[in-house]
Amino acid sequence: MSEIRFISGDEAFAQGVRLAKPQVISAYPITPQTIVVERLADMVEDGSLNSEFVHVESEHSAMMTAMGASAMGARVFTATSSQGLLYMAECLTYVSGGRFPIVMMNANRATALPWSIYGDHRDSLSQLDSGWIQIYVEDAQESLDMALEAYRLAESENVRLPVMINLDGFILTHTYEAVEIPSEEDVRDFLKPRETWDKLDFDNPVSMAFTVGPELNEEFNLLHHKAALAAIDELDRIDKEYAELTGRSYGGSVNGYLTEDADYILITLGSISGLVRDTVDELRAEGIKAGVVKIRMIRPFPTDELLKHLENVIAVGTLERDISFGYEGTVYTNVNSALHKGRNFADSYDFIGGIGGRDISKEIIRECFEAMINKETDRLVRFVGLEVEDDVR
Amino acid sequence: MIKPSLEPRPVIRKLSEIPQGGSSKAGFLVDKNSGWRNRTPRVDVDKCVGCLQCYMYCPDGVIRKNVIEIDGKTVTKVDIDYDFCKGCGICEKMCQIGAISMEEKSE
Repeated sequence: MSEIRFISGDEAFAQGVRLAKPQVISAYPITPQTIVVERLADMVEDGSLNSEFVHVESEHSAMMTAMGASAMGARVFTATSSQGLLYMAECLTYVSGGRFPIVMMNANRATALPWSIYGDHRDSLSQLDSGWIQIYVEDAQESLDMALEAYRLAESENVRLPVMINLDGFILTHTYEAVEIPSEEDVRDFLKPRETWDKLDFDNPVSMAFTVGPELNEEFNLLHHKAALAAIDELDRIDKEYAELTGRSYGGSVNGYLTEDADYILITLGSISGLVRDTVDELRAEGIKAGVVKIRMIRPFPTDELLKHLENVIAVGTLERDISFGYEGTVYTNVNSALHKGRNFADSYDFIGGIGGRDISKEIIRECFEAMINKETDRLVRFVGLEVEDDVR
Repeated sequence: MIKPSLEPRPVIRKLSEIPQGGSSKAGFLVDKNSGWRNRTPRVDVDKCVGCLQCYMYCPDGVIRKNVIEIDGKTVTKVDIDYDFCKGCGICEKMCQIGAISMEEKSE
């Protein structure tokens, strides 16, 4: 029997991890991720989670400890945020290239400088090329559910890749919601203990953290790429199975809302999606055919799944909490590449907002739709929600 | 003693033949590699006390623990893998009781 509790996003994720029963947890605390680590430490202490909790001295060590334990066949969890993610960046490619199915929660937070503990997506989006699967969630319930789905995805034989689940810092990590927590019995068949053929074994020594010269290195990378692409369909399958179990489905790699007949679609990532849907409802009541597509998984990028929602649009906007300085938001770059591959030549706008914890209001979201409706194609890339006059050329 | 066997380098013609996972057979131990050696370490098994200093300091990982029975007692000695020893002599330097000596020949 499941129970409903009033908990934060961080706590919800910790509950999901408890149900996944990792044998090893290695993590270093950093705001706004800290609570997930604290709760898991509590669970290990009080015996509700039988896991080895390794107190490490840095994020770099956290990820390397996780990799070592994963190589021994253990199910492993770690979590980080912002500068911590950047500090472990070197280890991210080791883990993904080594195909270790580690699950990590990242609390999305601005990157210094300017120093800030508040949220945006510049930390995780800077690591798109790390070879990890990246998923963004919208609320505390989805956080818990994705902790479970993430282990299934990571450990799928045709994927075998680490998964990073992203929660918007504070907006999700520290906001309390009613969350349904499945019982251990409920998820026993959905997520069985990890079994793998590639664990290190004294009696049958093999090599870990391998070197590959130019004669096969490109092929290893191609295999990694194919495995990542396989995660799109795999997540879909897992999501459907989870829905049968709990009644909750999130729609796989993308989640569309009123897209079928939409003229104007805003693409979102993470927690802002709910407010955009509310705004779309208002616009629909005013006679404007608006819609939303939430990208849930940005690596692998769900090209075909996204394009299906954009077939009949006049304009598409990408609302993102990221800027790649000197170009545009990275989500926009990815969306445009998909549009071009699909020979879809709808006007495409980039709305950069919510940087460093700046609130994205309903008014700002309406501004985005108005820009698309008014065909403001002279400013395809813009910052929204500025608090001061932009007078610098 | 666990010694990985020499195996010919695998010939990979298809992507599906490349191992995918955290660890796998490396395809490195394909040849003996001892041709650089011009001095050869010899272990005096009677002197060896099994302190394993040579094992710890060998830069090529070719010294291994060798647990054997002598007069009904289980004792720890060491073995040297001459297929890969380069003859650097660090084991001789590390051995505090003079149980390892370097012979002036390459065999």
